[in-house]
Amino acid sequence: MKDELFQLWVYLSTTPLAGLTVTLVAYQIGAAVYRRSGANPVANPVLVAVVLLVALLWATGTPYRTYFEGAQFVHFLLGPATVALAIPLYRHFATIRRSALAIAVSIVAGSVTAIVTAVGTAWLMGASSRTLLSLAPKSVTTPVAMGISEQIGGLPSLTAVLVILTGILGAVFATWTLNAAGIRDWRARGLSVGVGAHGIGTARAFQVNELAGAFASLAMGLNALATALLVPLLTRLPW
Amino acid sequence: MLGALTLLLVCQALGEAVVRLAGLPVPGPVMGMVLLFGWLAWKGEVPEPLARTAGGLLEHLSLLFVPAGVGVVLYLDLVAAEWQAIAASLVVSTLATILVTAFVMRKLVGPADKP
Repeated sequence: MKDELFQLWVYLSTTPLAGLTVTLVAYQIGAAVYRRSGANPVANPVLVAVVLLVALLWATGTPYRTYFEGAQFVHFLLGPATVALAIPLYRHFATIRRSALAIAVSIVAGSVTAIVTAVGTAWLMGASSRTLLSLAPKSVTTPVAMGISEQIGGLPSLTAVLVILTGILGAVFATWTLNAAGIRDWRARGLSVGVGAHGIGTARAFQVNELAGAFASLAMGLNALATALLVPLLTRLPW
Repeated sequence: MLGALTLLLVCQALGEAVVRLAGLPVPGPVMGMVLLFGWLAWKGEVPEPLARTAGGLLEHLSLLFVPAGVGVVLYLDLVAAEWQAIAASLVVSTLATILVTAFVMRKLVGPADKP
């Protein structure tokens, strides 16, 4: 019996079904924890799911590549979901157009702050240069960040991880930070979370307020553009 | 639902094509978002099936980041060796970015619409 179970495990763990299923189950657990906590940002569903899955891979000795064969189907949907962000953007376009200049200036200010403070802090703390280069684009959405990282000589897949960690941090702390700073305007709140914490922050913003979500998705898209132009420029300066 | 999903994928594919042919530094899906936005502006409304499908995708947007996040297992050694610098950098930079963006926006933006 034990042998048969082992055989079954060996079979299942090599098909994409396993990686896909555990991803969805882990996320459901994360979402349930999030609801139970009364939407407490610390119980972020991405954070809970990632911790559970890392523990599972570690406990079963499963390589990430095997896991990703199944998980890639979820990962793939990032593309169409990014396209779909056009819809909340369209619905709030009148509001957005009225503040176009403010939005543009705020996003450039945020983008420069993200790059300079990320690289500056890690440099002061003695991080290696490949870590510094991998950190530079970390506040933009995963596919863009990976592209920038590769272009400037960082490690694209390390950048992907730093991007996710940034998003989780932003989603976890944005509400407290913005409350503490006394910022109540949903447009400013959404925009700042979209610049600082890309898609994960945007997801959190949509859970809190739809207008904030629309500003967050706009900010995420424009920040990708601003950062893609600024990072290569800043890394070329003679520091 | 199928039509809406097809539309999203067509926009993404066209976005990839435009970005590659024009050599733009933006990712294909972001260009796809711009194209879909243009299509909606031309049409003047969001068709109901598209609104439903997109709503379903966006409702679970955070799920889609889980597989990339699990990729941290590939870098446990590097992260363990430099975790103080990485943690400090992520915390300082994320909070600073959110605060700077929010303050600049609040300073420049006009009064909010009446609800």
